[in-house]
Amino acid sequence: MATIAPTAYDSKVEGNIIFSQLDACINWMRKNSLWPMPMGLACCAIEMMAAACARFDIARFGAEVMRFSPRQSDVMIVAGTVTYKMALAVKRIYDQMPEPKWVIAMGACASSGGMYRSYAVLQGIDHLLPVDVYVSGCPPRPEALLEGLMKLQRKIQLEKSTSDQKKERSLILS
Amino acid sequence: MSPEEAASKLQGQFPNARRTDFRDESTLELPLDQIESACKFAKEQVGFNFLTDLSSVDNFGDEPRFEVVYELYSLDSNIHLRLKTRVSEDHCELPSVVHLWATANWHEREVYDMMGIRFSSHPDLRRILMWEGYPYFPLRKDFPLEGKPSEMPDVAFSEPAPLAGGPFVTLPSSGHVEDREPRARHAQDL
Repeated sequence: MATIAPTAYDSKVEGNIIFSQLDACINWMRKNSLWPMPMGLACCAIEMMAAACARFDIARFGAEVMRFSPRQSDVMIVAGTVTYKMALAVKRIYDQMPEPKWVIAMGACASSGGMYRSYAVLQGIDHLLPVDVYVSGCPPRPEALLEGLMKLQRKIQLEKSTSDQKKERSLILS
Repeated sequence: MSPEEAASKLQGQFPNARRTDFRDESTLELPLDQIESACKFAKEQVGFNFLTDLSSVDNFGDEPRFEVVYELYSLDSNIHLRLKTRVSEDHCELPSVVHLWATANWHEREVYDMMGIRFSSHPDLRRILMWEGYPYFPLRKDFPLEGKPSEMPDVAFSEPAPLAGGPFVTLPSSGHVEDREPRARHAQDL
């Protein structure tokens, strides 16, 4: 009976090993599974839904899992007019999202208040949240949101995730 | 029944009512202390079983300053009637009509929220659009369009919006597109 002799080198495994940097791997995984928190507040939300549907298909970028729970989301898409009455609720939902997290301000209203220069509307969600990508348009077409998502992916690819993690950990410990 | 007949019927009961007929629409302006009984009479005796709208007007500078408008409709005879009453700024209160038309509940809350006119005997007079604790009434004429700063910890805050040289206004004119397109214009320049 023939036995297989243990060897230190297996030629069958060789092709399946990739050498890379840990940062690059983490970023690669993060950017291709961005689960959005859809913060649909006005008409931009319709375009966001269109971006999620078959024609534009945000799933091609790994962001199809619209999570209506902040605990499971990575990126908050603020789509629409943020009134002062809603603003602190948006902030509260953002605070409940686990790190790492990103924010896309979709459309003119979320970016700057848009045409609502009025007593009731927050003049841009960046007064409350750190925004990573602003998408222009009123409302932006689904392609524009996808472009914003790709910009965010490029930004995530350049992050120093391991050293940032150490920084956050030391911040928590201190 | 025609709108004119309905208005005359109300006028017979309330001789103090000032009547205006314009483009087949009848309006009755009543003294403040008669508006509730006039609404009751219109609903129960004339058949106005539907309150289309309840709104308010700020005639800033006039006395009495505010005007509350009731748009009544009869679903049986398909006629419309408008009732109006004036409310002064010093005594900003008038009786609620929620017990007649339940739909008045939210309309009166909106009037209270935006104009600051209180409705006595309203079952639930809270703000409806702005948050509870907001100190201003934003649809009053002396309230600036850009808003005023306010702070309500853990509930909401507000800041004046940048208007960049005045609100954007379109001028009605037959002139060149450039003349009538929306631009930042001050009220005094119009």
